[in-house]
Amino acid sequence: MAQKSFRQALNEALNHEMRRDPNVIVLGEDVAGGSGASGQKDAWGGAFGVTKGLLGAYGPARVRDTPISESAFVGAAAGAAMTGLRPVVEIMFVDFLGVCFDQIFNQAAKFRYMFGGKAVTPLVIRATYGAGTRSASQHSQALYPIFTHVPGLKVVIPSSPYDAKGLLIQAIRDNDPVIFLENKVLYDTVGEVPDGAYTVPFGEAHIVREGGDATIVAIGRMVHFAREAAETLAAEGIDCTVLDPRTTSPLDEDTIIEMTEETGRVVIVDEANPRCGMAADISSIIAENAFGALKAPIMKVTAPHTPVPYAPNLEAAYIPDAKRIADAVRKAVAFQRS
Amino acid sequence: MTGLQLSREQLLKAYRLMRMIRVFEDRVSAEMASGDIPGNTHLYAGQEASAVGICLHLRESDRIASTHRGHGHCIAKGCDVDGMMAEIFGKETGICRGKGGSMHIADLSKGMLGANGIVGGAPPIACGAALTSQILGRNDVSVAFTGDGGINQGTTAESMNLAQVWKLPVIFAVEDNGFGEATASSFVVAGEITKRAEALGMAFAKVDGVDFFAVHEAAGEAVERARRGEGPTLLHIETPRYYGHFSGDPDNYRTAEEKAAMRRDRDCLVRFRRRVDEAKLLGSDELDKVDAEVQAAIDHAVKAARAAAQPALSTLTTDVYVRY
Repeated sequence: MAQKSFRQALNEALNHEMRRDPNVIVLGEDVAGGSGASGQKDAWGGAFGVTKGLLGAYGPARVRDTPISESAFVGAAAGAAMTGLRPVVEIMFVDFLGVCFDQIFNQAAKFRYMFGGKAVTPLVIRATYGAGTRSASQHSQALYPIFTHVPGLKVVIPSSPYDAKGLLIQAIRDNDPVIFLENKVLYDTVGEVPDGAYTVPFGEAHIVREGGDATIVAIGRMVHFAREAAETLAAEGIDCTVLDPRTTSPLDEDTIIEMTEETGRVVIVDEANPRCGMAADISSIIAENAFGALKAPIMKVTAPHTPVPYAPNLEAAYIPDAKRIADAVRKAVAFQRS
Repeated sequence: MTGLQLSREQLLKAYRLMRMIRVFEDRVSAEMASGDIPGNTHLYAGQEASAVGICLHLRESDRIASTHRGHGHCIAKGCDVDGMMAEIFGKETGICRGKGGSMHIADLSKGMLGANGIVGGAPPIACGAALTSQILGRNDVSVAFTGDGGINQGTTAESMNLAQVWKLPVIFAVEDNGFGEATASSFVVAGEITKRAEALGMAFAKVDGVDFFAVHEAAGEAVERARRGEGPTLLHIETPRYYGHFSGDPDNYRTAEEKAAMRRDRDCLVRFRRRVDEAKLLGSDELDKVDAEVQAAIDHAVKAARAAAQPALSTLTTDVYVRY
């Protein structure tokens, strides 16, 4: 199987779906990028190059550069979705969704329920998330818990190129609004990705590795650190399961509970802030459903409850890493009931 | 006056729809007092010529997106009145199965994309419907109803810019009743509303919203412009709001004299009847007959809504997702 980057995997997903279905359109700031400038064609393909080549293949009607006005174009995408198109919106940084929360929370997410089940809204909002690029507070957040909280939205956070492609194709074919979050630090990571179209279902966690001593549940980029921690721990004789939920809405509660019951110890790794976050949520699900199986308290490894700092040393300390994860697992394994 | 060249059937349809909105809203106001309608309603009475003057130009496949004050737009776009009344009563027979209520009535099969509980919520959605039409080559238009309150929302300004740069087939119908909730627009709306369109190079017109024929004519030009692919139009429609902002609003920021004068001098139904009578197009007896039919239809709607069952509790958790 071919080795491809996370970026390339996403680009292939968009290409497959735009070719397959003429109702799929791509909207966003610079998704063509400089295409109207003299002699320029497809100059950017989005700020991160994910949509490169689409303009040439599908033309400016279906690959549209928008004004920098997220309320208008995210809302327009919601309106287009409920009237027959399948828009894929690119938002450069998830932080910018703050200016158009109304169109996501009050409009797109609610159409189906408040209209008595008679609306479908096949809308995908792609956005980058995550710290690690020295972009500081307004370009680095991991806001997936906010979207996970809202009924009507689905939330997808791929960790590998394979999942990125399969989950994006699934998202585009899905009839509900999907928030699809890409960790920008992962764009250049590579992995095996088939050439053809395939889907990865929502709500099915990926068991990245299996071990009987502890379960590490990790989201997005954190999966890589969790795997690294698990390898370090394996050398010490501690065998960990690493679980990647892949989607936080729907969340594969069954597999999380099942793996908890097998190992009795759980560490949850979440790049988002801790209050009302995914780590807290998953922790409560485990406590409610698998309390009897727990051999140690549930450990959470998250960012601190602060905005993302700028200074490199502070930002590095902000992001959970393999060392903190390994320490948490060791603590769980060493725990003794008094 | 071009509007007077409408056929007798069109004139009767226009009158029937305007009367239907008026009687519906007056009745909802009365039924609110009984305490059987949950929550809140925002009544459209007084503004009928705006919704009907515009929507008479629209086909079922054309789309509208509406406001808090959405009942009139729904009726003008052809939504089922029984279903609307049941929805407002929160019943299972409601057009949204009792899950939307007054502020979220929608019927996508009629091109009605929803009343909206958010001021400024509609313009982006209407632009999206227009985008669908443009990309699929459907020649449908969409209308974003908003008010003098909504004109100050960023969503409206952004949507107007988007519509103009993309030449979307959309009409921004700004129903200016002089009040955003309880605050007079003179306190909160800077400059002339039409200048906001002018600044974008967008076509615009200012219209007397009490005059059905004036609205109908201006809307006709806007709809034709949109269908020709020449882009959006802003219509600034000055119209009276007979009731307060919401059903329990004491409406004491206007004097009794002002309100009486408004109902006496600025009633689109009275104006319409006078005009068709002077032009000898429709007789009083025909119009009275319409009034009686409308009254019976609303009586039926209320009776049916009262008799209908509440939604089953099992539906509380349905229809959040298509599939989960």
